[in-house]
Amino acid sequence: MYLFGDPTTWLPLAFATLLGLSILIYVVLDGFDLGVGVLFPFAEHDEKDRMVASIGPFWDANETWLVLAIGILLVAFPSAHGTILTALYLPVAVMLVGLILRGVSFEFRVKAPIRHKGAWDAAFYVGSMMTSLSQGYMLGMYIMGLEVTAFTLAFSAVTAVFLTVAYSFIGATWLILKTEGALQHKAVQWSKGGIWGVVLGLGAISVASPFVSPRIFDKWFSMPEFFLLLPLPLMSGALIVLLWLALRRLPTKDDSFAWFPFAATIVLFVLGFFGMAYSFYPFIVPDQLTIYEAASAPESLFIILIGTLFVLPMILGYTALSYTVFRGKATALSYD
Amino acid sequence: MDTLILSRIQFGANISFHILFPTITIALGWVLLFFKLRFAGTGDQKWVEAYRFWVKVFALSFAMGVVSGITMSFQFGTNWPGFMESVGNIAGPLLAYEVMTAFFLEAVFLGIMLFGMSKVPSWLHTLSTFLVAFGTTMSAFWILVLNSWMHTPAGFEMRDGVAFATDWWAIIFNPSMPYRLVHMLLASGLTVAFLLAGLSAFRWLIGDRSEGVRATLKTGMTIGAVLIPLQILAGDFHGLNTLEHQPQKVAAMEGNWETGPNVPLVLFGIPNEETRSTDYEIAIPNGASLILKHSPDGVVPGLNDFVAEDGTVQHPPVAPVFYSFRIMVATGVAMLLLSWVSIFFMARKKRGVESLPKPFLWAMVPMAFSGWVATLAGWYTTEIGRQPWLVQGVLTTEAAVADVPAPMVASTLIVYLAIYAALLAAYIGVLFYLARNAAKGEPLGTRIPAAPEAQVTVAAE
Repeated sequence: MYLFGDPTTWLPLAFATLLGLSILIYVVLDGFDLGVGVLFPFAEHDEKDRMVASIGPFWDANETWLVLAIGILLVAFPSAHGTILTALYLPVAVMLVGLILRGVSFEFRVKAPIRHKGAWDAAFYVGSMMTSLSQGYMLGMYIMGLEVTAFTLAFSAVTAVFLTVAYSFIGATWLILKTEGALQHKAVQWSKGGIWGVVLGLGAISVASPFVSPRIFDKWFSMPEFFLLLPLPLMSGALIVLLWLALRRLPTKDDSFAWFPFAATIVLFVLGFFGMAYSFYPFIVPDQLTIYEAASAPESLFIILIGTLFVLPMILGYTALSYTVFRGKATALSYD
Repeated sequence: MDTLILSRIQFGANISFHILFPTITIALGWVLLFFKLRFAGTGDQKWVEAYRFWVKVFALSFAMGVVSGITMSFQFGTNWPGFMESVGNIAGPLLAYEVMTAFFLEAVFLGIMLFGMSKVPSWLHTLSTFLVAFGTTMSAFWILVLNSWMHTPAGFEMRDGVAFATDWWAIIFNPSMPYRLVHMLLASGLTVAFLLAGLSAFRWLIGDRSEGVRATLKTGMTIGAVLIPLQILAGDFHGLNTLEHQPQKVAAMEGNWETGPNVPLVLFGIPNEETRSTDYEIAIPNGASLILKHSPDGVVPGLNDFVAEDGTVQHPPVAPVFYSFRIMVATGVAMLLLSWVSIFFMARKKRGVESLPKPFLWAMVPMAFSGWVATLAGWYTTEIGRQPWLVQGVLTTEAAVADVPAPMVASTLIVYLAIYAALLAAYIGVLFYLARNAAKGEPLGTRIPAAPEAQVTVAAE
């Protein structure tokens, strides 16, 4: 335990990193399958089946990253877990109801009598919207330090919309990769319509965070940090320009570069996430509680860490296996 | 109603709804592996038919279990922050190991198991089926370790009101864990046994005479007949273990007020906490002493021992524990009768399902959900029986509840209840819809028509 010096220093940091990693993987992975749900009303009947087929084998494992994230928050930072979740009681409830609705709709829409399929499709859309909006709202409230005022509510309403549009964007880029024909054409159009959500979302968070907290302002705008951090916004800007150029040319005749928008969006999400992580470190409840104050007993964290070091590579390994098995364009889902 | 009771109802409703589905998937995963291996061994099409039908039930049940499980993982924080703050050092690692060793395994390989049959080699598909079954069982293992620790905590020390782990081996293999785990795994097996038999009997009654339906009905009844005596034995051992560690719970289960020898076994009665006696008692003399102490004059603890000098009641509410225990036992007896007599008929006339009298088949249909009734009743017995403690002797339920306004808990509770009722109705409806379709011999509507060719033509124009 004393291998790397004082465990009360490095263990909380290790778990904050794991927590961040889980949230990031969750936002990317469930982001695209939530986004596909958000795009549902824009699709024709048979297109909906193919959209679901593109995420069918993955959605369950994607959501498990949320369970892992909330689990790490729960086990590694119990007091922060209590503070954050009781402060976000109602949006969490909305998100859970949303996750329930969309999760069961995957199964019911193809197993229930055909005349009910429309209703389950609607439940899938409503569930995806509830989940995305409430997550965006919680993101906003978190940035605003979990305080409820008219301004923070308004800001959170805005982040709710932007995150939902951003999810629909990564969902659309996933569909460019996984579909062909008319649906792929549509997905390109949806991406063009959604990219503004990403730009405005990243912009709003970047502008708002420093002005809400003087501490974050100092972290960004003091020298030499300012120049060291400059690549983050510059790379994001460049990626957005490249994305826009690519979307104007897609889909190509030989389907080349169909992977590019999805890959670029992942990088964009990662960059945005690093910016946020940098802003909030070392706090886990913004400006109230640091990861060091909130951490569990070292002996408990240590026993989880050992397990994690064994299991996480295995999880990543068989997740990769699953994405390899179901690579290529989405085909009809069948149990045969 | 205050926040405490509303939060308890909310968590109770959630976990009751949730447990219905893992109870099915834990054992059904192994049954599907059995169907698959039987087909590999015999080449008989009926096992493929059985697999095809039941894998749909599995997928649907799994989705219901996943979404209701996510809800619970959040409610620890939203409704019971005191739980993690005081015993988080023990509960945390156990939950973390459940997510890492079970949840990802089941979730990832479920995708391959459901949709990968034509995409991966047969051995990898069989391996995926095995890993899903293994994952659900691992998940049951970890969660029952934690639950058992809440009943019989061990391997820790308290410092400033916070539990710190001192011996992980003692925490994992705490005194009630082996009994509870075996009892729950057998409950899962029985739930699936009667669900298999019940839905198959329904198909038979509406005219399905396929080999597949014969095979699943026989498989279900056989598993039921084998497991039910084992379950009665395991339940008895579990009861003796509870008597040792939580005597007040056993006193409530028996409806026994005064400690003493020659305690009768109360078959039925109405426990009355006002008069501290059981009204309208129908009892077998010396029965409880015989069961619990294996001697007619064995001394059995009574509830009055668990009242403080100032009159504060320190035992669980008697009536719910007393009644749910009887519902569980009665359901178990019904399972025993139905499965043994059915097997007897099938064995004696050697004509399989044909030799079963019609009323038996009709009885099997409602008994399809007997496992759910017994499992819920059993859980209510043990969990309400732990009150007023959340962690026996360490943390009271009242101390762990969140300081959330009662109307907020009430409003979310109403929404959850409405959704759970609707989903439960939809779930049962779809099971019977799938059964009717299968009986008609129609394709089961699992194929999602994609028609990419049509799309390409449109695009080319």
